[in-house]
Amino acid sequence: MVNLTIDGKKVQIEEGKTILQAAAKCEIKIPTLCYHPVVEAYGACRVCMVEVTVRGKTDLVTACNTKVQEGLDVQTGSERVLKARRLNVEMLMARAPAAEPVQELAKALGIEKTRFEIKDPQEKCILCGLCVRACETIVGASAISFIERGTERKVMPPFGEPSEACIGCTACAYFCPTGAITYEDKYGRKVIHTELHLGPTTAIRVPIRQAVPMVPLIDTEACIHFKTGECKVCTKVCDREAINHDMQDETLEVEVGTIILASGFKPFDAKRIPAYGYGHFPNVITALEFERLVNASGPTGGKIKLADGTEPKAVGIIHCVGSRDENYNEYCSRVCCMYSLKFAHLIKEKTSADVYDFYIDMRCFGKGYEEFYHRLLHEGTKFIRGRVSDITDMAMTQREEGKLIIRVEDTLLGTVRRIPVDMVILATGLEPSIDHNQLAKIFNISCSQDTFFLERHPKLAPVSTFSDGIYLAGACQAPRDIPDTVAQAGGAAAEALALADKGTFALEPVTAEIDEDLCAGCQLCVNLCPFTAITYDKEKGISVVNDALCKGCGTCVAACPSGASHQKHFRDSQIFAEIEGIFVV
Amino acid sequence: MSNGTFEPRLVGFLCNWCSYTGADLAGTARMIYAPNVRIIRVMCSGRVDPQFVLKAFKEGADGVLISGCHPGDCHYKEGNYKALRRYKLLLKMLDQFGIEKERFRLEWVSAAEGVKFQHVCNEFTEQVRKLGPLYLSKNGGKHEQREA
Repeated sequence: MVNLTIDGKKVQIEEGKTILQAAAKCEIKIPTLCYHPVVEAYGACRVCMVEVTVRGKTDLVTACNTKVQEGLDVQTGSERVLKARRLNVEMLMARAPAAEPVQELAKALGIEKTRFEIKDPQEKCILCGLCVRACETIVGASAISFIERGTERKVMPPFGEPSEACIGCTACAYFCPTGAITYEDKYGRKVIHTELHLGPTTAIRVPIRQAVPMVPLIDTEACIHFKTGECKVCTKVCDREAINHDMQDETLEVEVGTIILASGFKPFDAKRIPAYGYGHFPNVITALEFERLVNASGPTGGKIKLADGTEPKAVGIIHCVGSRDENYNEYCSRVCCMYSLKFAHLIKEKTSADVYDFYIDMRCFGKGYEEFYHRLLHEGTKFIRGRVSDITDMAMTQREEGKLIIRVEDTLLGTVRRIPVDMVILATGLEPSIDHNQLAKIFNISCSQDTFFLERHPKLAPVSTFSDGIYLAGACQAPRDIPDTVAQAGGAAAEALALADKGTFALEPVTAEIDEDLCAGCQLCVNLCPFTAITYDKEKGISVVNDALCKGCGTCVAACPSGASHQKHFRDSQIFAEIEGIFVV
Repeated sequence: MSNGTFEPRLVGFLCNWCSYTGADLAGTARMIYAPNVRIIRVMCSGRVDPQFVLKAFKEGADGVLISGCHPGDCHYKEGNYKALRRYKLLLKMLDQFGIEKERFRLEWVSAAEGVKFQHVCNEFTEQVRKLGPLYLSKNGGKHEQREA
């Protein structure tokens, strides 16, 4: 431990720390520009100048990279310090007049104007090199560096051209203290609000607010450490040392008695309907995107805004996008009508916009739903019955200028209408999850015509499947809303528990058996059995069926050349009798 | 042989998991289709012994349909592949017996394909109707009696 005095305050701090860190410990603020706790200090901007006295000798040093010494006396606001700091800031002002942090510092130090010549009034870079050091030590890419010398000095990739070494992490822009570095997404990915990404923005994050367990994860595809092997900034700032970059994905084998499938749904991809211009018009958004927009913890803090940041004056909500449509999905997705009504209500509540709701049929099937619809009718949402044909930005009248025009046949008025709005919300339907077919194969369950999982019986066994011990819950079986899903999940859980509690389940008594006297021991059946239920008994010279493994398909019975194999309840004689029977009439 | 048109008698061996359920769906959905296919349920299309098909023809069937799950969807993993192999071999054999290959058909109908089952029944009935009744030789076949 080292003892020192800063502005008369006594501080004790570990050896090897800097004066800046010691000052932070006793809450004395020293201004900095080029300092960042995770990048090694360099002392480039020279704003953090302090006066130190040790063993009677006084000197001006940079606080960010000067180590503490026993008995050090530091002055952070002496006249000598301020004079030096003013001169440095004045020079920075001449170098980077547009840099806001420099302007703020100048204001705080009482500088109105720099005495030095301003070369470029738009310049923001103070040539501190923090970005260069971050790119080298944190990112490990070394994609940018200083080029030229003297007054021509600047930060650039080699030869001022886009560098292959750059991994596009934007760390340079993040570290830049003056905002001199900007970046652009040259792939033009759709961002609803350019300044606020709707998607995740960091490689380490809590996936969703309701995540269980509530811990962050590292996206290895985005994390710089997994690209260059450097960075690990998160480990430097995590006091608990909880971050481990060496963790591997694990495949766990868990033995269970019953399985409940709740693989859910994926929203319909609105890009599949080009006429609605999703992905083309920035103000055409899907229901899920609107949900993020209107969420209090979302990018706009729950404010409904257009791509340019203004509030919409008219909003159109289009129902049945990808549902009830022969070209996409014939089925009704059930939830869209009600969430669209919720959106209409929220828009009315938060803005003064006109809301147009384009529906085919209003399906308000649940408890209290119809009443909610009536409430909206009174709130003044304009309901237009008819399927929207397309959305265009080609104005035909003054009123449509700069708007998105929804073309729709109003089937109640019997006319085609053009409705100009600022924002369009597509009420996208529900489709089975991406790996739905793969799951169906793994669990040996069927899918119904709408491609959702098929239940054993629509009325009598709605949560069971044709495979014993496998149950369905939620939208993997059919589109359904939250109350229905909760109810069905409860049913599935009860069924699963009932089976697990019993511990055994009855096999269908249709297993195969082999007549010992007739079996010739040819072993044809042994290779045919897909469940390895038949083994060859060497001693007896015959094949034997294991009842517990036999699922009763009867393939071996059909193949047995000596007629020794029988399937209970499906004996050859029984089927022959059936064949004879059906020709009696 | 009501109202003058020939009504073929067809036997359908349907697997329990896909085709029988599919036929059930066609029924519960009240689809209208040719009633000529008389259904025998087996657990798997792999259970269909070639003897069953021959027996059906012998007993007076004008056509035989085997229907199972789509390839890869078999409840018993691969029973439908076994059915396919036997079907191909049996086709050759039936040809030697003088039974047209159009009278014997293998179809994949899933549990969701009520409509497909409807189409298959209608098509197959029409196909066999065009061929006319199946006359087998006198040694045990019951066809002559039926026509008499």
